[in-house]
Amino acid sequence: MIFDYATLKLIWWLFVGVLLIGFAVTDGFDMGVGALLPFLGKNDEERRIIINSVGATWEGNQVWFITAGGALFAAWPLVYAAAFSGFYIALLLVLFALFFRPVGFDYRSKLPDPAWRGAWDWGLFAGGAVPALVFGVAFGNLLLGVPFHYDDTMRVFYTGSFWQLLKPFALLSGVVSLSMLVMHGAVYLQLRTEGEINRRAVKAAQLAAVAMMASFAAAGMWMAWGIDGYRIVAIPPVNDIVLPTAKSVIKESGAWLANYTLYPWMLLAPALAFLGALCTVFLSRAGKPGTALFTSGAAVAGVILTAGFSMFPFVMPSSTDPNGGLTLWDAVSSRGTLQVMFWVVLVFLPIVIAYTSWVYRVMRGKITAQTIRDGGHSLY
Amino acid sequence: MQPTLELVDLSRLQFAATAMYHFLFVPLTLGLSWLLVIMEAAYVMTDKEIYRDMTRFWGKLFGINFAMGVTTGITMEFQFGTNWSYYSHYVGDIFGVPLAIEGLMAFFLESTFVGLFFFGWERLSKRRHLLVTFLVALGSNLSALWILIANGWMQNPVGAVFNEQTMRMELTGIGQLIFNPVAQVKFVHTVAAGYVTGSLFVLGISAFYLLRGRDLAFAQRSFAIAAGFGLASSLSVIVLGDESGYVTGDVQQMKLAAIEAEWHTEKPPASFTLFGWPDEKTQRTDYALRIPYVMGLIATRSIDTPVQGIADLRETNRRRIESGMLAYGALQDIKRGAATPQTRQMFADHEPYLGYGLLLKRYTDNPAQATPQQIERAAADTVPAIAPIFWAFRVMVGMGFFLLFIFAAAFYFCASHRARARPWLLKLALYSIPLPWLAAEFGWFVAEYGRQPWTISGILPTFLSTSSLSSGDLYFSLAGFVGFYTLLLVVELYLMFKYARLGPSSLATGRYHFESAPTAAPGRGA
Repeated sequence: MIFDYATLKLIWWLFVGVLLIGFAVTDGFDMGVGALLPFLGKNDEERRIIINSVGATWEGNQVWFITAGGALFAAWPLVYAAAFSGFYIALLLVLFALFFRPVGFDYRSKLPDPAWRGAWDWGLFAGGAVPALVFGVAFGNLLLGVPFHYDDTMRVFYTGSFWQLLKPFALLSGVVSLSMLVMHGAVYLQLRTEGEINRRAVKAAQLAAVAMMASFAAAGMWMAWGIDGYRIVAIPPVNDIVLPTAKSVIKESGAWLANYTLYPWMLLAPALAFLGALCTVFLSRAGKPGTALFTSGAAVAGVILTAGFSMFPFVMPSSTDPNGGLTLWDAVSSRGTLQVMFWVVLVFLPIVIAYTSWVYRVMRGKITAQTIRDGGHSLY
Repeated sequence: MQPTLELVDLSRLQFAATAMYHFLFVPLTLGLSWLLVIMEAAYVMTDKEIYRDMTRFWGKLFGINFAMGVTTGITMEFQFGTNWSYYSHYVGDIFGVPLAIEGLMAFFLESTFVGLFFFGWERLSKRRHLLVTFLVALGSNLSALWILIANGWMQNPVGAVFNEQTMRMELTGIGQLIFNPVAQVKFVHTVAAGYVTGSLFVLGISAFYLLRGRDLAFAQRSFAIAAGFGLASSLSVIVLGDESGYVTGDVQQMKLAAIEAEWHTEKPPASFTLFGWPDEKTQRTDYALRIPYVMGLIATRSIDTPVQGIADLRETNRRRIESGMLAYGALQDIKRGAATPQTRQMFADHEPYLGYGLLLKRYTDNPAQATPQQIERAAADTVPAIAPIFWAFRVMVGMGFFLLFIFAAAFYFCASHRARARPWLLKLALYSIPLPWLAAEFGWFVAEYGRQPWTISGILPTFLSTSSLSSGDLYFSLAGFVGFYTLLLVVELYLMFKYARLGPSSLATGRYHFESAPTAAPGRGA
C-alpha cells in the first residue's frame, strides 16, 4: 500500500489517536487503581490485593505511553518539539510522578516496615493521580490554544508560564480525565477483587462515572459557548509539504462545534462517552464488571475522540500566532517517514495486542486475601 | 534568538546526568536477562530445582534493577522534546523512527513479559516460562539495538538529506539508517559490555557466598555460569571495541584523534599512544609511551593509510566552515525567494557542509558574513577537549582488560574445580563488581563528549539544539532529576545489598542457609 501524502497524514492522525486511546484504556485503569489505592485499601493486605491486581500487567500498559511519545517524535516531530518543551514543567511533574510506579510496585513489599509501605502507597497514588490530572489539563490547554510561535529559523518559542496552564477550563478538563480514569480503574478493581474491596470499588465507580459525566457535560457546554475555537480559512494544498506558518487561521466562537455540523457522525464520540459511562454505572451496580470494563473503556475512547474531533484538523493551535498553530497537515514528518512508520505500526501493533491479550488471559482471575497469603514473597 | 550558553550548558548537564543515571541500570538488565535464560534453560533440561531457585533469586535482583531502569528510562523518551526541541524539530523525521520502533518492537516485548516472568511461575508450563524469560531478554536487547541505531545516526548521519523548504532533515534511506556501520558496531560493543556487567554481578555475589561458605551448591553453579558467559563476553567486548575503533576512524576522525591525543598526522602506519600526558597548550603529549604500527592497524586496517592528526582535521574543518558559509548564504537567498539558478547550484554544491556554517552562529548572526577570526574560532570549536577523552578512554580499556583477567582466572579455576580454594580470586571478583559500570560510563563519556561540538555530527551544533527555556526551568528540572534519582538510587542499593546478602534464603523455599537456623526468619538476614 503506497498512499499519497495527504492520506498518510490523515492515517497518522488516526494512529496517534489509536495510541493515545490504547494508553488511556490500558494504563488508564492502572492509573485509576493507583489513585484509588490509599482510599480503597484500608490495611496492608487489602492494599497488596489492589497492587497485585495490576502488578503483572501495568508495566506493559505503560509502554503505550512511551510508544505514543516515540510515535509523536517520528510522525509529528513538530508537535513533539513544541508541546513537550512548551508544557515543560507540567510534563516534568508527570515524569516525576511516574518515577514512583516502577519502583513503588517492586520495592514496596520488599520490606515489612509500615512506614516504608505507607510511603510507597502515596508514591503509587501520585503516579496514578498526577498524570491522569495533568493530561486532562494539557488537553484543555490545547483546546484553548497554546501561546507559542516560530521564528524565521523555525525555532519554537512558548511564551506562557506553568501557572497560565491552570485556567478554569483546563482544570475542568483535568477533572474529566481524572474522573474517567478513576472510573475505569474502579471497574477494573471490581473485576479482579472480592468482598469489601469489591464493594468499595463499585461505590467508587458510581461516583467517578457520575463525576465524569457531569464534568464532561460542563466542559462540552463551555467549549461550545464559552471558549473560542480556531478555523482555517486558507491553507496550501495538503497533499504537498505544508509549512505551519503558511496557512491563515482565525479564532472564533463556536469553531470547535463546526465539525459536528459538517460531519454529524462525529457526534458518536460524545455519545459514546456518555452512554459508556452511563452503562458502566448500571453494569457495575449489577455486578457485571467484565462488561462494565468494556463500556468504561468505550467511554474513555469517546472522551479522547471528542477532543480530537472538535479540534480536527488542529492538533496544537496557537493562541498568540494562530496562523502558526499546528495541524495534522503541517506538523508531520516527510512522506517517506510516514510511509515507513505506517508499515511498522501495521505489522507490530497487532502482534503487541495479540501477546498482551495472551498475558492477560494467563494472569486472569480474582486476587484475594488467600492469593496474597499463598504468594507471600513472590508477590508485590 | 538563540539559546544562551548557560541554558546550553545546563541542558547538556541534565542530559548527561539523566543518561548516565539511566545507564547505571541498563547494562545489568542486558546481561543478567541472558544469564536468567541460561539458568532457566538448565532447569528445563535437567529438571533440577536448584536451577529454578537460581533463576528466581537472580531474577529477584534483576527486578530490583529493572524497576530503576524503567524509572530512569521514561525520562529519556521525552527529554529530546522537553530540552532539545530544536534538535527534535530538525531531525525528528529520522531520529524519531528508531525510537518509535524501539517502543513497538522492544519495550512492549520486555515490559509485557517481565510481569509474566515474575508472576507466571505457577501459571505456565516450564517451557512456556522459559520462553517468557527469553522474550524479556530479547526485548531488552532489541531496545539496545534501536536506541544505538538512533545514537549511531548522531555519530554518523547517513540516509538523510536537508530539505530547504521545511528547514529540517528528512529520511531518505531506512536501510542506511538501520545498517549504519557505526550503529551496528556500537550495538555489539554495548550489549557485550552489558553481558560482562551481568556476569561479574553474578560472579562477585556468588564469590561472596563461597567466601562465607554458605549455599555452596547454589553459589558454585552460579559462579560457573557467570565465569563462562563472562569470559566469552569480555573477550567480545574487547574485540568489538577494537572494531569500533576501526569504524570510528572512518567517520569520526576527530574523536579518534582526541582519544589518541594525536596532535599532528604521523607518517603511516601511526603508532598507538599507550600512555602519556596530553598538553593542550603545547599541543604535545609528554612522556608518551608509544607502540609502533598499532594505531594505523586499528584505525585503517592497513600500514600505508595515514591517521589524521588534530591539526590537519582542524584545518579541514576550517575549509568546511568556509564551504558552509556559502551554503548558508545561498540558503538565505532561497528562503527570501531571491534564488537564481546559480544560487541553487551554489547551495547544492556546499549543502553537505551547511552544518559547519551553522557553527558560526555562536559568533555571528549571519554566518555568510563571518570574519576570518570568527571562522578560526569556530574551527577551534571542532576540537573537543583532549585530556578528558584521552584519560576516560584509557580507564575504560584498562578496566576491560582487568575484567578479562578476572573472568579468565575464574573460568580456569572453575573448570579445574579449584575456585573455592582461591580466596584472592573470590575477593577480587567481589570487590570488582563496580568496575563494569564505571567502564561503561567512561565509554559513554568518550562517545558523547567526543562528539562535541555536535549533536548530529557535521549537521547540527549542540548549542543550537536546545529548547527555548529559561535557566530557571533547567535549575528546577535538574534539581528534580538529580534529587529523585539519587534518592531512588540509595533505596535501590539498600535493597540490592540486603537481598544479595540474604541470598537464596529470600525465596523462602526452606532449602537455604538462613532458613535452616530456626532463629533467622526470612527478611531478617543480613
